[in-house]
Amino acid sequence: MSAEVMEVGGGSSPSTAVARGRHGTALFWSELHLVFGRARTWVLLGVLAVVPVIVGVAIRLSGSEGDAQGFLGQVAGNGFFLIVASLALSLPFFLPTAVTVISGESLAGEASLGTLRNLLTAPAGRSRLLAAKMVALAVFCLAATLTVWLAGLIAGFVLFPVGDVVLLSGSTVSLADGLVRALGIAVLIAASLIGLAAIGLFVSSLTSTPLAAMAATFSAFIVSGILGAIPQIDVIHPWLLMYGWTSFADLLRDPPYWDEIVRNLLMQGAYLAVFYAAAWARLTSRDING
Amino acid sequence: MVTRGLTKRFRGGQVAVNQVDLEVPAGSIFGFLGPNGSGKTTTIRMLLGLIAPTAGTVELLGQPMPKAQLSVLPRVGALVEGPAFYPFWTGLANLLRFDAADAMADPWTRKLRAGEALERVGLSNAAGKKVRAYSLGMRQRLAIAVALMQRRELLVLDEPTNGLDPQGTREVRLLIRELAGDGTTVFTSTHLLAEVEQVCTHAAVMSQGRLVRQSTVADLRAELRPRLIVRTPDLGLAAQTLSGLGVTDLKQSADTVDGDPGELPIDKLAAALVTADVRLHGFTLERPSLEEAFVALTGEGFDVAE
Ligand SMILES: Nc1ncnc2c1ncn2[C@@H]1O[C@H](COP(=O)(O)OP(=O)(O)OP(=O)(O)O)[C@@H](O)[C@H]1O
Ligand SMILES: [Mg+2]
Repeated sequence: MSAEVMEVGGGSSPSTAVARGRHGTALFWSELHLVFGRARTWVLLGVLAVVPVIVGVAIRLSGSEGDAQGFLGQVAGNGFFLIVASLALSLPFFLPTAVTVISGESLAGEASLGTLRNLLTAPAGRSRLLAAKMVALAVFCLAATLTVWLAGLIAGFVLFPVGDVVLLSGSTVSLADGLVRALGIAVLIAASLIGLAAIGLFVSSLTSTPLAAMAATFSAFIVSGILGAIPQIDVIHPWLLMYGWTSFADLLRDPPYWDEIVRNLLMQGAYLAVFYAAAWARLTSRDING
Repeated sequence: MVTRGLTKRFRGGQVAVNQVDLEVPAGSIFGFLGPNGSGKTTTIRMLLGLIAPTAGTVELLGQPMPKAQLSVLPRVGALVEGPAFYPFWTGLANLLRFDAADAMADPWTRKLRAGEALERVGLSNAAGKKVRAYSLGMRQRLAIAVALMQRRELLVLDEPTNGLDPQGTREVRLLIRELAGDGTTVFTSTHLLAEVEQVCTHAAVMSQGRLVRQSTVADLRAELRPRLIVRTPDLGLAAQTLSGLGVTDLKQSADTVDGDPGELPIDKLAAALVTADVRLHGFTLERPSLEEAFVALTGEGFDVAE
């Protein structure tokens, strides 16, 4: 739509000045405000921030390296690995739970409060509202993984010695290089959650009950996990939501091993496209009775 | 605002709105009446593009809905089926969000306009309070404030005075008059017929999904024929005399006789009764209220029609 001049009437009060043009980004900022202006969101982020602390304190108190494998085994020697270990440990449960809660709430929450009708008569535009919701979900995914990254960084530095990072491929890089790679991992994991967020958004467009949307989204996640654990159907495994979730570790090779990372990003993009389109089809045709 | 053959059949087969042809003239204050469940809110949802009509068309400010909603709705203030807000946010924050949802709203004056809207509905003192802690009437006022955030060409209000105290109801009445004076068309559903008589220029009445009447309030009132009410102990004699003079539709109760005097001169009727030795304890000409017209149009039954 072209920028229009809207006559808001005469008079002397400031509000009756002539407003010009479109201010399409305001809704996006408002969505972020809605997601991050709620205590619930900060509780979820707080829980995520606690993960590295608990892991770090447990390892520190045990006083030994035990026979832990992988990233966990390296934490005591180099606090840097607490970041990576915490991200890896949050991925199977805490991060998906947080994304499920926020995405299930997104449209169903508005429908149950009745605020959806205020937004649509404002008018927000159904397509634009959906886009704003999805962008806010993506930002939340990123905020969630960055929270773990930051909490892991602080706890790792406080509890353990830190130093140069030995990569999976055997070579050694500087701590700064390692931290940037860990940041990259946080971004990749956030991207890995996009598919789930899109599923949540779609389910949320179906109902006016946020809890039902959350439960259904989480069920979809669990079912996907169960299917991934059945070897007899391994032909479908490469197409499951979580198939490429562990690809982030390939960033800790020198040079990084991109194939699986790119494949995972494409898969998440495909999930996003399918479920976003479904949510759009649903929202743009739905009767708003609430 | 014009609708043609507007119809909504819900899943399950119920026809909540049936072939409604509304015509709301620009500049009018239009009262939209009807018993509970008669289809007012459903009609309003279709006007605003919240639900899709099963059949029929809606034209809002000269443009087709819901096709033109993004260009039309910024010029329309709406309150649909009671207040709906984020309870964990303040009244002010709620107003700002709904205004931000409108891409045509000026962000630079948003706070200022919110302050003015809150003042107009008498909520300035509660602006910083969480909506969770608002009373029903305060929420209703906040919902009206949402519609008042911008200068509008049309206001669509679904029971705006629901839950308001007498002062609030009065304020809303004055507000509607004031807005209409500035050229805003106001379309409001309500159950308060006294309000309609006082402020509305036009009215439409819904009954079981159908539009049973639509006209100016002046016409509605003109059609309400005044009734002659005679209070007397001599019921039979009075009825006989009046009937002889041409008064029709006579009815007797415990101590009154009433009837339709038509165009007969009232003073002559009184004189005739006195001449006939009817003891007059009372002699009045009563103009029925809109309420009676409403009941006549929609039926006496109290049960919600299904
Ligand atoms: N989503 C829906 N699904 C099925 N039937 C519905 C739905 N919404 C409303 N109805 C039915 O449509 C009819 C009209 O309802 P509507 O809300 O329009 O009435 P109303 O005139 O606004 O009543 P009130 O004065 O009580 O507000 C009612 O019989 C109601 O049961
Ligand atoms: Mg209603």
